[in-house]
Amino acid sequence: MNEKTMRKAKFGAFLSRASVPMMFIIICALCIPIAGLSPNYLVNEIVTRMGRNSFLILSLLIPIMAGMGLNFGMTLGAMAGEIGLILVSDWQIVGIPGMVLAMIISVPISILLGLFCGKILNMAKGREMITSYIISYFINGVYQLVVLYLMGSVIPIKHGSIKLPRGYGIRNTVSLLNMRQHLDNLIPLNIKGVKVPVATFIVIAVLCLVIVWFRRTKLGQDMRAVGQDMEVARDAGINVERTRIISIIISTVLAGIGMVIYLQNMGNIATYSAHSQIGMFCIAALLVGGASVDKASIGNVFLGVILFHLMFIVAPRAGAYITGDSMIGEYFRVFVSYAVITIALVMYETNKRRVKSMEGERLRLDQEKEGKDE
Amino acid sequence: MNETKNKEKSWLRNLVESFGLPRLIITAFLLILLILAPFVGADLPTQISNIIARFSWNGILVLAMVPMVHSGCGLNFGLPLGIISGLLGATLSIEFGFTGAMSFVMAIVIATPFALIFGTGYGWLLNKIKGGEMMIATYVGFSSVSLMCMMWLILPYKSPNMVWGLAGKGLRTTISLEGYYSQVLANILRIKIGNLVIPTGTLLFFALLAAAIWAFLHTKTGTAMTAVGSNPVFARAAGINVDRIRLLSVVMSTWLAAIGILVYEQGFGFVQLYMAPFYMALPAVSAILIGGASVNKATIMNVIIGTILFQGIVTMTPTVMNNMIHMDMSEVIRIIASNGMILYALTRKTEGSK
Amino acid sequence: MNNGNAPLLEMRNIKKDFFGNQVLTDINLTVHEGEVVGLVGENGAGKSTLMRILFGADMIRETGGYGGEVLLNGQKVQFNSPFDAIEAGIGMVHQEFSLIPGFSTTENILLNREPVKKNLVSEVFGDRMNTLNRTMMDERAANAIEMMGVKVDRKMIISDMPVGHKQFTEIARELSKEQLKLLILDEPTAVLTEKEADALLESIRGMAKRGIAIIFITHRLQEIMAVCDKVVVMRDGYVVSEEASSNTSTAIITRQMVGRDVDQPASAASSDAEEKKDAPVILSVKRLWVDMPGETVRDVSLDVREGEILGIGGLAGQGKLGIPNGIMGLYPAGGTVVFEGKEIPLNSPRSCLDASFAFVSEDRRGVGLLLDESLEWNIAFPAMQIQNRFLKNYLGGLVKWRDEKAIKEVTDKYISELAIRCTSSKQKAKELSGGNQQKVCLAKAFALNPRMLFVSEPTRGIDVGAKALVLEALRRFNRENGVTVVIVSSELEELRSSCDRIAIVSGGRVAGVLPASSSVEELGELMLSQVI
Repeated sequence: MNEKTMRKAKFGAFLSRASVPMMFIIICALCIPIAGLSPNYLVNEIVTRMGRNSFLILSLLIPIMAGMGLNFGMTLGAMAGEIGLILVSDWQIVGIPGMVLAMIISVPISILLGLFCGKILNMAKGREMITSYIISYFINGVYQLVVLYLMGSVIPIKHGSIKLPRGYGIRNTVSLLNMRQHLDNLIPLNIKGVKVPVATFIVIAVLCLVIVWFRRTKLGQDMRAVGQDMEVARDAGINVERTRIISIIISTVLAGIGMVIYLQNMGNIATYSAHSQIGMFCIAALLVGGASVDKASIGNVFLGVILFHLMFIVAPRAGAYITGDSMIGEYFRVFVSYAVITIALVMYETNKRRVKSMEGERLRLDQEKEGKDE
Repeated sequence: MNETKNKEKSWLRNLVESFGLPRLIITAFLLILLILAPFVGADLPTQISNIIARFSWNGILVLAMVPMVHSGCGLNFGLPLGIISGLLGATLSIEFGFTGAMSFVMAIVIATPFALIFGTGYGWLLNKIKGGEMMIATYVGFSSVSLMCMMWLILPYKSPNMVWGLAGKGLRTTISLEGYYSQVLANILRIKIGNLVIPTGTLLFFALLAAAIWAFLHTKTGTAMTAVGSNPVFARAAGINVDRIRLLSVVMSTWLAAIGILVYEQGFGFVQLYMAPFYMALPAVSAILIGGASVNKATIMNVIIGTILFQGIVTMTPTVMNNMIHMDMSEVIRIIASNGMILYALTRKTEGSK
Repeated sequence: MNNGNAPLLEMRNIKKDFFGNQVLTDINLTVHEGEVVGLVGENGAGKSTLMRILFGADMIRETGGYGGEVLLNGQKVQFNSPFDAIEAGIGMVHQEFSLIPGFSTTENILLNREPVKKNLVSEVFGDRMNTLNRTMMDERAANAIEMMGVKVDRKMIISDMPVGHKQFTEIARELSKEQLKLLILDEPTAVLTEKEADALLESIRGMAKRGIAIIFITHRLQEIMAVCDKVVVMRDGYVVSEEASSNTSTAIITRQMVGRDVDQPASAASSDAEEKKDAPVILSVKRLWVDMPGETVRDVSLDVREGEILGIGGLAGQGKLGIPNGIMGLYPAGGTVVFEGKEIPLNSPRSCLDASFAFVSEDRRGVGLLLDESLEWNIAFPAMQIQNRFLKNYLGGLVKWRDEKAIKEVTDKYISELAIRCTSSKQKAKELSGGNQQKVCLAKAFALNPRMLFVSEPTRGIDVGAKALVLEALRRFNRENGVTVVIVSSELEELRSSCDRIAIVSGGRVAGVLPASSSVEELGELMLSQVI
């Protein structure tokens, strides 16, 4: 009987994990015919977006492993990446070397920001998510201070094309024309009209391998231990605080590199808004892929990218077709992103409580049975 | 010399400890701004009028934080949900053709049932996820705002003052309240001395609600609410239905937010729809924290002080900064200060049972 | 090592006090290689403190260290942290599991001591980038399990395991440490089934044969007799007996554990216990079960007579605390509770309070107090909420306003009555000392004017002076107001001096109810009778 309930519980857990991806598959299945987009176009878009976003989303995996939840602070890395790109485009270093240099510049900034974020999160254990969320706003203020006021006045910026006319501060958009899709097109491949960014995919594949390898390292093992029970890990001699900080730093650094890849595909930087939504969309995509606050895999990342962006592409068209108003679809996909995160958070919290009450229930049954025996 | 320095130091340290460093910096910053204002050519009475006006607009939205903080639900990042109730009240009141002061009264009347329904649902949800309130509240707020974005387009509003002229349907992003309830409260007993303007009516309205909350916290149920926030296990052992009290606090917060946005609109003169409610929670949250509240303790005094400090900085920095260094850094300063304040509060260890 | 004849462990004249409260006095303990030493004693006898000293626990240092010396292989040692102790070859299996729920047995056994392989990255970034050597991990875990002699699945995830296996995983973890010379087992059989317990005893014998010394702490005396070479009995911070187990018996040990040198006069109240014998039953508990973690109650039936003070005693973890907590609705419970002929619904704190019960919880800071609020609030709150007292009614009862004056009055009354030491009735509860906090909890219950009062561990963690005051207040409250009182306490002496009758709970069941004048030995035997 015990085994049966156990299996039932496991099946239930599987269902609740699969429910969000299932919902998205249904939404997409309904919207695709209504949107009336050609399959070729759809596949092309999805492939492009996979190349664009996967790296960023992969950066979320490690803090989840360390039990710190969804890292809303990945925005910090995105900002570091942007700063790298702004500087590189001012120095007029183009193409792949420019990208690499931007990444190199972003890394120390990411490490510093990650260190800051990790330290703060250690002070707010149990409320990591809301705190990392507020940190992203806070650092956004600092970012604006740097980019809008210090760049050009304190940090030398030479080229007028990216500077605001007033002589300091960076323009709202910085063009990355000299870098645009250079990585994507490094190894050109075209399968029946579908452009495949081979080099980008190789980079992503390498990161996946690194993550798989990382899980097998001592540090990875420590992170899993810390993520599951901080006290036990501490008793076993693992430096919990340091491990947590490292996980956030790794995530921030990866997010910085991911942002450079993202922006080289876009071809320009929306200086003051590119990073603000990126965290939300990446987290939503990961959750759509079936991840939860405490469990996420590489498979979740790719499934999430495909489903979430499929919805993203078809929803506005479908909405416009049904209601005759193109804005409806725009709002719909924003709503869905938020709703997915809300649902995932609620499920995570209720599951936590259910596990507790299930234990009590089992005890009760045992005792009742025992009571009858006597 | 050295001794006085030491004495000063310990006095300073005491102040820092009791008041909190960030709060101290913000207060000092505002004082400096006020002192500097006349020197850089800003008119002090105008500035003070501005602060008072903005205080009167925002006070109730900040007050809406109090019940949930008291019951231990944490900071109400889900404020947009209440704001949406208020917006529904506002738009429906106009749609039904009410004008002038009547439109304000009707907006409140219509907003109330929405606030009660939304608040109940929201409170029920928060009871299911005790411990994770703040994050989920944030996203409940966001989801509801984006859902309403669609609704504003779809709902069959007809009033020509509100819908897009060209399409004849779908609400505009901003709706002027001229002829409706713009300034209806502020004009009651308005005092004007030179450049100093005081919107007495709005202040009185705020005072009325603040007094009501203060009084509520002195009743039996209010006492229970504070106890639930202070130690829910104690409250349960004392026979309190913890979930019911928490639900009540969420409904109260939501209703206050609905009223708060209506008062804000009457001062501002416009109804802002679509993404506007999105970022209204954070200023209110940081205002009450600047006023000295923590994640599980807040008083009416925190609301008043916090709103004045926060709005003071928001209004003063642009003018003073612009005149001084010809650089408008006010937005950046506001972002850093308000979010820094929230971070500070989140990283404090909550006292007592938690 | 340099001294072949020295015993493995020698503790000499160990003394320890907590803020002037002497808990260990001149403890001497010797353990030889491969020896199994049983350590027994009531809760609070000082066993855990002694083991904490040996294991270098942080709390010992934080509370001012200890006196005397610890010698390992004849050399004086001083451990600054448990890690030092582990380094020196001491292992300890605590009562609470220290396991990562999502890890396999192997991963838990080698937690933070995983064998690793070097690689290119780790050369640059340091040792933490080494990859785990899974084959070697498996090997070492298998070795440790083999050494223990109990079969445990190496690949099983901890959260899927029965409790017994978790316990064995913990033991295997200690055994996997190569330097291990001395293993401390703190009530390891408490969570085991009979079969598992037998397996554990067998494995203890096996480990001893390999030369590992074991200190075995348990309440199950037959296990001690079965496996130990030597039995050390502690009482009130002293070692009262150290005997080869062949020279003693469970009966002797029981007497040594609970016995007093001078048999104090039993109950002060017992003189009138006789007349209460015929008092009608006011509260009748039938077949009560309570799911309180660590204090599970199974099938308890108990009658309480009007006007008496009933004591409930028993060892920690045997379920005595679950009884009042379950009746008062703080933990899930089942069964029937009848008070004055009316059945009281369970799992509802409100209906108990409405039936004029009151409860002073053993968890003062967690359940008993609003730490961040004033004494006034703490004392008046339940009475205000349950009985609408300390309220002023306005608008025909629509508005119930807090009557600050009445609240202050009642608070001041109890402050003087119970001699609560505080600056004013407005002081916050968290600023008081433990004893005074306990008095506030009592005042809170008294303010409800209950007919039936449950008091759980009234003297836990408070100093001697406050203890006497608290007990006296309870007795007075019982005498003067005719309130029926149930005191739950781990301290037998306290129950004997305050109560009319004492019920002893063992293994979640009532092992027997005796008059308070019964001898300590009788009560002690009951305490150990059904220990699980």
